[in-house]
Amino acid sequence: MSHSTVPRSRAEADMTEKTPVASGGATGSPEKRPSGKLSLWLRFRRDRVLLLMTLPAVVLVLVFNYLPILGNVVAFQDYDPYISDNGIVSMLNSPFVGMENFQRIFEDSAFWNALQNTLVLFSLQLVLFFPIPILLALLINSVVRPRVRAVAQAVLYLPHFFSWVLVIAVFQQIFGGAGILSQLLRQHDYNGLNIMTDPNTFPLLITAQSVWKDAGWGIIVFLAALASVSPDLYEAAAMDGAGRWRRMWHVTLPALRPVIALLLVLRVGDALTVGFEQILLQRDAVGPGAAEVLDTFVWWNGVRNQDFGYAAAAGLIKGVISIGLVLAANKVAHLMGEQGVYKK
Amino acid sequence: MSAVIDKPVKEPGWWEAPPRPAWEEAPSRAGLAGKGLALSLACLAILFPLWIVVVTSLSSRKTIDEAGGLVMVPKDITFIAYKELLSGGQVTRAAIISVLVTLVGTLFSMTVSVLCAYGLSRSGSLGHRWILMMLLATMFFSAGLIPTYLLVQSLGLTDSYLALILPSALSVFNILVLRGFFMGISQELIDSARIDGAGDFRILRQIVMPLSRAVLAVITLFYAVGYWSAWFNASLYLNDQDMMPLQNVMIQLVQKQEAPVGLGQAIKTGQLSGLAVQMAVMVMALLPVAVLSPFIQKHFKKGMLTGAVKG
Repeated sequence: MSHSTVPRSRAEADMTEKTPVASGGATGSPEKRPSGKLSLWLRFRRDRVLLLMTLPAVVLVLVFNYLPILGNVVAFQDYDPYISDNGIVSMLNSPFVGMENFQRIFEDSAFWNALQNTLVLFSLQLVLFFPIPILLALLINSVVRPRVRAVAQAVLYLPHFFSWVLVIAVFQQIFGGAGILSQLLRQHDYNGLNIMTDPNTFPLLITAQSVWKDAGWGIIVFLAALASVSPDLYEAAAMDGAGRWRRMWHVTLPALRPVIALLLVLRVGDALTVGFEQILLQRDAVGPGAAEVLDTFVWWNGVRNQDFGYAAAAGLIKGVISIGLVLAANKVAHLMGEQGVYKK
Repeated sequence: MSAVIDKPVKEPGWWEAPPRPAWEEAPSRAGLAGKGLALSLACLAILFPLWIVVVTSLSSRKTIDEAGGLVMVPKDITFIAYKELLSGGQVTRAAIISVLVTLVGTLFSMTVSVLCAYGLSRSGSLGHRWILMMLLATMFFSAGLIPTYLLVQSLGLTDSYLALILPSALSVFNILVLRGFFMGISQELIDSARIDGAGDFRILRQIVMPLSRAVLAVITLFYAVGYWSAWFNASLYLNDQDMMPLQNVMIQLVQKQEAPVGLGQAIKTGQLSGLAVQMAVMVMALLPVAVLSPFIQKHFKKGMLTGAVKG
């Protein structure tokens, strides 16, 4: 590949003129390509290889993330999938019905049920799931022997890499009607029980599965925050007579505060999304009364019942509220002086 | 206390605690016991179910019947369930499909992601902020399940393995992690290569990638695990049962308690326990991940946090 030397050497000349010291000492400084002095065409010529490199990813994201946004018009249509084999052709030929789908949704008790389940599951996750990685991280961090630490971390990280199918299968074997727990109960003359199909305990089951799978993985970010606390702070606190618990209270916890706040805010922003795959896999066993969340509601009505306009409308409602929540959460993160997902 | 400090410090073995700073009080016995207990319980909660699954998959029908279901203590180890599953038939095919989709998909995702991450890592290049914004924006919205489904169908990807790879091929988060790492690579190295006449592709291949082995390993694992664990795209876009990957077959086996096609006879004639077969499929699904992830574990923190949140 021939590359144009003219603009590049000029850019490099710029760099060395401006920052001879910095380029000598600083490692880890990104390459700065001065832009002000070059014309757009020259910049394009200089950076065309870089642009070419991003092209495949850009195309993929445009096709699979941006293009489908247009498809949300079916939310305003009485979409008929049988007009053609091709979804786009069907979309172009389906009649518009305005807000009819949305009206139907708001009158549908199943939708409100799904919304309620979503919020219940989200609250449970927040109360029962969220604190556990923090506690685990404090525990791991207080273990000083490196080998013990490494082994514990390896074990705790492991379930994060299992598929939901596997996690649910494992739970089925322990808590299901034919599972270990039931066997033990029957051996001791109690009635066997099947937690996997009980709608009343379903939210707790979902939360327990999430904890088993991902609580260990969640400690990574807290461990990083803990590792960045200067030992001097602990020493100074100890000199001032602070015991173990006071050091934890006055040094360790303040160090975690920004991370906790950030994760909390982001989690709230994502409130309407709770474990789609996980719940979909167990929806049939428990029944939609307890197991339907917004995501599975969309899946059921669209993919299963082929009521695409209706499902797309429900998905659109969820999507719009979610974007609002995420943006609001990011705003709050900024207000608290954190970085959020993107910089201001 | 001070006498201890004056002695020459011996490198502690892995079983010993590293030397404690003078200001830190000795841990109480109760505290140590409590910590040990809590940690052991947490690890046990993860390992015990896996132990049962593995042991049951290795047990004979007799042992399983005696235990009245799942086996906790291994007695007579037999590989009959694995032999049956891997001797052709539904599960063998599903496993091969899963392996191939994972290999091809991971290779594709990594290629596209690494190229994109490098292209965006030279800050000040034309348009890199716009492209970055475009990618970042996808972390805030999703187009919705139904429109995506209709699009994939319209593109003619239904009943093709491409439907398992293309729609979820990229993770913007992974691209950002890679980019963050690439941006941290010493500028002099890249400059000197450029002076020697290397183009961007060559710099990426011969300088940036060899220096990023750790993060490349982590991201490869993330993508591979994603493909290996995926079942939803297959359930959406594939109708042909013969095309289903391992996870989807596992759903049918474990949740609906069906016997895998071709194995019914072996189970009926009493050589094989249906439960052992289910457990063996689960082990096949968890084994690659359980074997690989500990090796890459030491890089997780770096991979997760390097430049993960940078505009």
